[in-house]
Amino acid sequence: MRQLLLFISIITVGLLFISRLFYLQIYDARSHDLYADNAIRKVYDYPKRGFVYDRNGKLLVANQPSYDVMVIPREVEPLDTLEFCSLLKIDKEKFIKTLDKARHYSPRLPSVFVSHLSKEDYAVLQEKMRKFDGFYIQKRSLRSYETTIGANVLGDIGEVNNRIIQKDPYYKMGDLIGKQGVEASYEKTLRGVKGIKFIQKDRFNRNIGPYKNGKFDTIPEQGKDITITIDAKLQEYGELLMKNKRGGVIAIEPSSGEILAMVAAPTYDPNILVGRERSKNFTKLYNDSIAKPLFNRSLQGVYEPGSPFKLMNALIGLQEGVITPEETVTCYRGYKYGNRFMKCHCNYGTRNNIVGGIQRSCNAYFATAYRKILDKNGNASDGIDVWSSHAKSFGLGQFLNNDLYVGQKGRIPDRAYYKYIYPKTFYSTYTISNAIGQGEVATTPIQLANMVAAIANRGYYFTPHIIKKIENETLPEQFTKPKYTTIDKRNFEPVIEGMYQVYKKGTAASLQVKDIDICGKTGTVENFAIIDSVKTQLTDHSIFVAFAPKDNPKIAIAVFVENGYWGSRFAGKVASLMIEKHIKGFITRTDLEDWLLRHSLQDEYAKPYSGKPFQINGYTQLQTIEEKDYLQLKKKLQHINSTSN
Amino acid sequence: MVRETNRHFKFDWITIILFLLLVGFGWLNILSASHTGSSIDYFDFSQPFGKQLMFIFLTFGLIVILLAIDAKFYERFSSLIYIISMLSLVGLFFFGKNVNGATSWYAIGGMTLQPSEFAKTATALAVAKYISDLNTNIKVLKDQLQVFTIIIIPALLVLLQNDTGSTLVYASFFFVLYREGLPKYYLSIGISVIVLSILSLKFGPLISSSLAVILVIGFHFLSKNKLRIFQSIIILLLAFLVSFGVKFFYQSILKPHQQDRISLWLRLEKDPEKLEQMKQTFAYNLNESEKAISSGGLTGRGFMEGTRTTGKFVPEQHTDYIFSTVGEEWGFIGSSFVVILFVLLLLRILHLAELQKSQFSRVYGYGVASIIFIHFFINIGMVMGIIPTIGIPLPMFSYGGSGLWAFTILIFIFIKLDSNRINEW
Repeated sequence: MRQLLLFISIITVGLLFISRLFYLQIYDARSHDLYADNAIRKVYDYPKRGFVYDRNGKLLVANQPSYDVMVIPREVEPLDTLEFCSLLKIDKEKFIKTLDKARHYSPRLPSVFVSHLSKEDYAVLQEKMRKFDGFYIQKRSLRSYETTIGANVLGDIGEVNNRIIQKDPYYKMGDLIGKQGVEASYEKTLRGVKGIKFIQKDRFNRNIGPYKNGKFDTIPEQGKDITITIDAKLQEYGELLMKNKRGGVIAIEPSSGEILAMVAAPTYDPNILVGRERSKNFTKLYNDSIAKPLFNRSLQGVYEPGSPFKLMNALIGLQEGVITPEETVTCYRGYKYGNRFMKCHCNYGTRNNIVGGIQRSCNAYFATAYRKILDKNGNASDGIDVWSSHAKSFGLGQFLNNDLYVGQKGRIPDRAYYKYIYPKTFYSTYTISNAIGQGEVATTPIQLANMVAAIANRGYYFTPHIIKKIENETLPEQFTKPKYTTIDKRNFEPVIEGMYQVYKKGTAASLQVKDIDICGKTGTVENFAIIDSVKTQLTDHSIFVAFAPKDNPKIAIAVFVENGYWGSRFAGKVASLMIEKHIKGFITRTDLEDWLLRHSLQDEYAKPYSGKPFQINGYTQLQTIEEKDYLQLKKKLQHINSTSN
Repeated sequence: MVRETNRHFKFDWITIILFLLLVGFGWLNILSASHTGSSIDYFDFSQPFGKQLMFIFLTFGLIVILLAIDAKFYERFSSLIYIISMLSLVGLFFFGKNVNGATSWYAIGGMTLQPSEFAKTATALAVAKYISDLNTNIKVLKDQLQVFTIIIIPALLVLLQNDTGSTLVYASFFFVLYREGLPKYYLSIGISVIVLSILSLKFGPLISSSLAVILVIGFHFLSKNKLRIFQSIIILLLAFLVSFGVKFFYQSILKPHQQDRISLWLRLEKDPEKLEQMKQTFAYNLNESEKAISSGGLTGRGFMEGTRTTGKFVPEQHTDYIFSTVGEEWGFIGSSFVVILFVLLLLRILHLAELQKSQFSRVYGYGVASIIFIHFFINIGMVMGIIPTIGIPLPMFSYGGSGLWAFTILIFIFIKLDSNRINEW
């Protein structure tokens, strides 16, 4: 028995060691990943982020250096705090607080102590930096916007968050990524690929040379410059016209699907999201839940399209053969269906053919046409599906699947959509509001602009997109191949003639521009808000769509102005001016310009939040801005007009 | 001539092969832990791996000499060897060279020699000689005291030189004495004191004493050979004494850095900030070595591929912490292999010891196994955080000429004795 003691001890210790090894090396094993190995220092080499140019080669976004003061709390030695604080322009309290925060984060890892030094501060500080152990200056690259416009187009870059890091291991803590706009949708193109150097550290955290002689190191791949389809001048002009209004403007070149301008109002100067004040400013924009400056109304604003949608119904009616260009409908100041009545602005007894129907925006005409489409085969259930698929062939009611970072589907209802409300019987009269672009139909400004582009092209469109050129790359087929609608070419002519007449004699007669044949359509859309849980009607939205010139169109445009009342009042003016600007390069209708600059809808927008009862539409007084504000806008306008030629 | 060839084959080749495997594998790891830069000159004697290679070559000469000497010489001259060895330890107080706080080296020319490494062998020989003496009866207190004295003298001398690790090695002779008939109550007392001390430190003296009370009462009622009441009371009193004594010793006599080591080992420290601070200071080596071992995974990073080894994250890695290199670069498979090699070597020596006809050889063999075992246990246990940090080399593995030669002498004397087993005396 006595012999066994050592024997058992040896066996026990052997087993104990192997179990402990198992625990340490297999059960509780640390990763083999080079990236996770803290004996290897990873030094990233960030490539230059690509520049962004507008369609005319004007530089919109570039890079600028920025200097951050970093701190490694463990290495901080007693220092002349007073001098240091005055160099950094901070007080002692902030110094202590920031240092504590950094120490709390990690005593051994670098934290940002003061970010985004100015060049002057950097120059002074750099001289004295060696006096302050534990602090050093790190150079970073920030975006530099060469313009004050297009915040919603260009977007911004910001630090990655944990969700992104988990989803895409390319990104490491502190990396920058496009957050909105083209910065986001062309992130991979613009950023390039960062290079990495693996460096073997020793236990004193000193570099002792490249890991495996740099076998795994990579060199950075430069970000590519991109050219976007936006015309910076037109964009700037549109943004100015939309000042003091809310809404969206989209201008498309029909022959290519290129987006010429994408205005979302209100907007902001993209420069405020760069540098030291970024997070403060972003929070401010983000928290503005009333004006929603971060909400890209031209892409995300889903509105009932109103009368412009009548164009769609006219096209479907012609295609389905239920109406002919000559056939007339008599309007008795409205349309009676069953015991209900839909009002119209036409004079009593007006006989409208298709051109007249569009020109006068006759509700009775389109109610008749809509019912004929749905009742074609005596079955409205089938009829609405046919109607719906025609409308969808214009890109309505679905994502456009383009290169814009945000978007909305909008809504084009079909029978399935109505299944819940009308499970059994379904008559064409149930959905008659769709005839005039209200009811269940909803679109975004870009979808409507695209619809107009398809009309301008007489039957096809190119997916609206923002990219014009990427260095050494060709654009994907998705943007260069036309998409055909289900409407035959011949059926477009009567509709286009109607739109032409809108300008000549109809609802937009006051907006004519000399020497340009514009085809347009006004829209005035009722809208409601829930105020204190009461559904309250607000002033109508002002909507306008147009393209020009009539033959060989160069621009198709959709304008939404929230609560602008009737279509030609605000939206029509914006559209006409932008068309003139784009085609001629100068403005003859300066009276329209002036009117738009002078008038504001801010009072209108304040109404629902005032807590007081208010009146709408014709009972309101249009707000005029103060003279000094006007003069300021006027000066900007002169600046834009003077540099455009 | 026939007799001559036979003699060579009587050496226990299994032990020799295991010994060579450990030395060879150990050197590979020293190379990995101590090389700098990408080109390696194996004979660069300014580097640990180059020096160790030289030590290994010299070892072969040493082996030839050891095996050539007549087996009887070791027994006959064991007392003299012991006395010379003790004198060499005493001499350190006058001529010793201080390295890292321990005065354990003689500097001769450019070389340093650590006599405490050789004293273990000398003591093993002396103990074997004393016990195998016909007049010795280990069951008698007087003889027990005498053999304890043989062991305690070198233990005390190295302790005075601040070499705690080597002192502990002498505790391994307990295995030898127990095998040779040391009364059982030594074992009971030994285990009880260890268990009580750990319990007292970990859970407090009240809990450990209460546990002792329960055990004694339980034993009193359940066991057939009942203890007398006063015996029970004495045992309990001793248990209380140990429980509270250890606590007192820990709190009032140990220095703060020693307290910290124990508190880290027994996971007494709960404050994360203090723990973090410990990891930065005295527990730095342990923490880094655990990390290195852990990062090895199943198959390891590969020879010379360990980033923590290359980065010299573990100080003293080529000496006491050599096992962490094995862990990082050879993984679970390689580390287990080393553990198994040691276990096989120990069991082989143990097996051979039991086969010895002469008591001297048997006791000495037991001594060899016990000494290697305690090194193996303390070193690898420490590197993996199972036992508190105690500086002690891993036999055949760690860098160091004295250590390597001392273990070579220790083992090959036994191999020589064993080869003589069949010979008539």
